[in-house]
Amino acid sequence: MTQPVSPPRDSTDKVPSTGQLPAWRTTVARADVRTLSLLGVLAALIVVGGITKPDEFLDTRNLQLVLTQGSVIGVVTVGMTFVIMSGGIDLSVGAIVALASVWATTVATQEYGFAGILFTAVLVGVGCGLVNGLLIAYGGMVPFIATLAMLASARGLALQITDGATQIVTIDSVLDLGERDAYILGIPPLVLVFAVVTIIGWLILNRTTFGRRTVAVGGNAEAARLAGIDVRRQRLYLYLLSGLCCGIAAFLLIILSGSGQNTNGNLYELDAIAAAIIGGTLLSGGRGTIVGSVLGVLIFTTITNIFALNNLQSDVQQIAKGAIIVAAVLVQRRTASTT
Amino acid sequence: MPESTPFTSRRGLLFGTAAVGAGALLAGCTSNEPDDEPAGNDDQPAAADTPGKAVTIGFAGPQADHGWLNAINDNAKNRAKKYSDVTLEITEGSNDTAAQIGQIETLINKKVDVLVILPADGKALTQVGLKAMRAGIPVVNLDRIFNTPQAYRCWIGGDNYGMGLNAGHYIGEQLKDVDDAKVIELAGLDNLELTKQRTQGFDDALKNYPNIKKVARQAAEFTVESGQAKMAQLLQAQPKFNALWNHDDDQGVGALRAIEQAGRDDFVMVGGAGALAAFQAIKQDNGVLKATVLYPPTMAASAIDLARALGQAKGVSGLSEFEIPSSLTLYSAVVDKDNVDQYMPTGFK
Repeated sequence: MTQPVSPPRDSTDKVPSTGQLPAWRTTVARADVRTLSLLGVLAALIVVGGITKPDEFLDTRNLQLVLTQGSVIGVVTVGMTFVIMSGGIDLSVGAIVALASVWATTVATQEYGFAGILFTAVLVGVGCGLVNGLLIAYGGMVPFIATLAMLASARGLALQITDGATQIVTIDSVLDLGERDAYILGIPPLVLVFAVVTIIGWLILNRTTFGRRTVAVGGNAEAARLAGIDVRRQRLYLYLLSGLCCGIAAFLLIILSGSGQNTNGNLYELDAIAAAIIGGTLLSGGRGTIVGSVLGVLIFTTITNIFALNNLQSDVQQIAKGAIIVAAVLVQRRTASTT
Repeated sequence: MPESTPFTSRRGLLFGTAAVGAGALLAGCTSNEPDDEPAGNDDQPAAADTPGKAVTIGFAGPQADHGWLNAINDNAKNRAKKYSDVTLEITEGSNDTAAQIGQIETLINKKVDVLVILPADGKALTQVGLKAMRAGIPVVNLDRIFNTPQAYRCWIGGDNYGMGLNAGHYIGEQLKDVDDAKVIELAGLDNLELTKQRTQGFDDALKNYPNIKKVARQAAEFTVESGQAKMAQLLQAQPKFNALWNHDDDQGVGALRAIEQAGRDDFVMVGGAGALAAFQAIKQDNGVLKATVLYPPTMAASAIDLARALGQAKGVSGLSEFEIPSSLTLYSAVVDKDNVDQYMPTGFK
C-alpha cells in the first residue's frame, strides 16, 4: 500500500476519442510524478519526525499507531475518491459514519453480537448511500445539496437514537479486534481492512469497466452517455460505494473507540476531501488515483502524530496543518507541470 | 441505447424491496430500551419545606447533544416534579442563538414567574436576560454566564478553574513522595474558555508540588473518538509518566480504550465531569482510573430550587440571609472510591 505501485491511470486515456500513444505516455508519467512527489512529502515528514523524536517516532508501535489512526478515515477516503472522480461530492460521509456507528451499538443491536453490529453498520452505510444515489441520479439533485441534506438528517437521527448518551460496546469479540493480541504478524486488523479496501478500490478503478466508466462520467458525462454508459446508474452505484465505505469505517471506529457516539465522524467529509485533493484527485472530476488518496491520508495522520509527539498545542497544529496542505499541493503542481 | 428506467425494471424492484426489507429489519435495532432509568439526584426536597405559593418556572437550555447536558435537563425535570407547587415550562433545547432568544421571549410573554436559562452562548443571550429582568421576571442564570449581572437575579454554575485546581491537588497528594514525578494532561476542546480555565487551575495546583512536572498536554474534543486518538498519541509520546488528568469523562471513554489498547497500567488517571461509566470504573477499582473531579449536573436541580425560592420570596434554608445570594459557584468535589457510592446516582450517561 505504501509502494508507488504501477502508474495509476489517468482520465484522458479513457475518454473516448483521444487515444494516441504520446498523450497516453505523458499522462502516465505525470501521474507517476505526482505520486512520487507525495511520497517525497511523506519522506520529508518522516525525516522531521525521526529528527525531532527519534525514539518515539521511529518505533514499530508508532508505525502501528499511525496506520491504525489512519484506517477509519482512509476507508472513507477511498469511497470519496470514487465519488469525486465522477464529478460528484459526498458531504455526508461523517454523518453516515456517526449514524452507522450509533445504530450498530444500540442495546438492541448489541444483543445480536458481533454479526449484528457488523451487519447493521454496513447496512446503514449502504442504505444512506442508496438514498444519496437515488436523489442525485434519479431525483436530479445536485450532489452538494443532496448529501448536505443527508448530513443534517443522519446527524439528527444519530442524536435521536443516542439521546446524547455514549453507547458503550460490551461485545468482547468486537473489542478484542482493537487489542494488541489480535495483531496478525504485527499488523492491526484495522490496518488490514484498510489495506484490503485500498487494494479492492485500486483494482475496481484500474482493472474494471466500472472504474473506466467512473472516470468517463467524471471527465465528460455527456460524452460518456453518448458512448453508451448509463450515467445515472453509474452515479447511483458510486454513492452506494461511498456509503458502503462509510459503513465499514463505522465498524472500524466502533472497534477502535469501543463505543458509538453521535459526535463520531466529526468533519470527516473535509478530511476525506482534503486527502483526496492532496492525492491529486481533481475536484471537478475525471482524474484521480487511489494510491494518491491513501498517501494523502497517511500524510495527514503522520502530521498529526508528529505534532502530538512533539507536544505542540491545537493552535499551532491547525496553523501548520493548513500550511502543509498548501505546500503539498504546490509541490505537486510544480513537479507535475515541469514534466 | 435507451436508458432503462430502473424504477420499473425488475432489478430496480428487487433492489428496492431488499432495501425496504433491510430498513424494516434495522428499524428494530434503534432501541436503547433495556437501559436503566436515568439516574436522578438524591431526591428529597430540602427538609421541612412545605408547599407554598404556586410557581411557574420557565426553563430554556441548549440542545442536549451530549451526556452532561442531557443530565442537566433530567435534573431540572425531576427536581420540578418533586415540588407539588412548581409547574415547569420547558422549551425544546436549541444551540441556535436566535432560536433560543425566541423561545425565551415566548416564555416571557407567557408571564412565567421565574426563568432558568442555560444559554447556548452566554454573551449572545445577555439582551434577552435583560429583557426578562425588566419585565419583572427574575432570571436564574445557569452555568454559562451572561455579560452583565443586570441580566440575572442569581447565577449558579460550576467552577472550571476549581476543577483543575482540585484535580491538581489530588494528583499532587498521590505523588508527593515520588521523585521527579511526571504528569500529563488530556484537555478538552481548546477553543473554549473553560478549557483554558481548567488547565490554568491544574497548573496552579501543580506549582505547590516541586517534585512534579507536567511533561505533555494535548487537547481532544470532548468526544470518545478524539479522546481515543489523542490519548493513543500521548501514550506513544510518553513511555513513562505517573499521572494523567483528563478534563472530560466522555472523551475519557476513548482515552481508557487507548490505554487498554496500549496495554499500559503504570499510572494514575483522574477524570472530569462525573459520568456514570467513570463512577463505575472507580468503584470497580481495577483500572487506571482512580478518581474524577465533578462538574455537577445537579446544578440544574439546585437552579430549580433557587427559582422556586425566588418565586415564593424565600431565602435559602441553612443561611441566615433573607434573600437568596446573587451568585453561587459550586464546588468541584473529587470523587474517588471512598465516596463514589454517594455520587453514583448523579452520574450521567
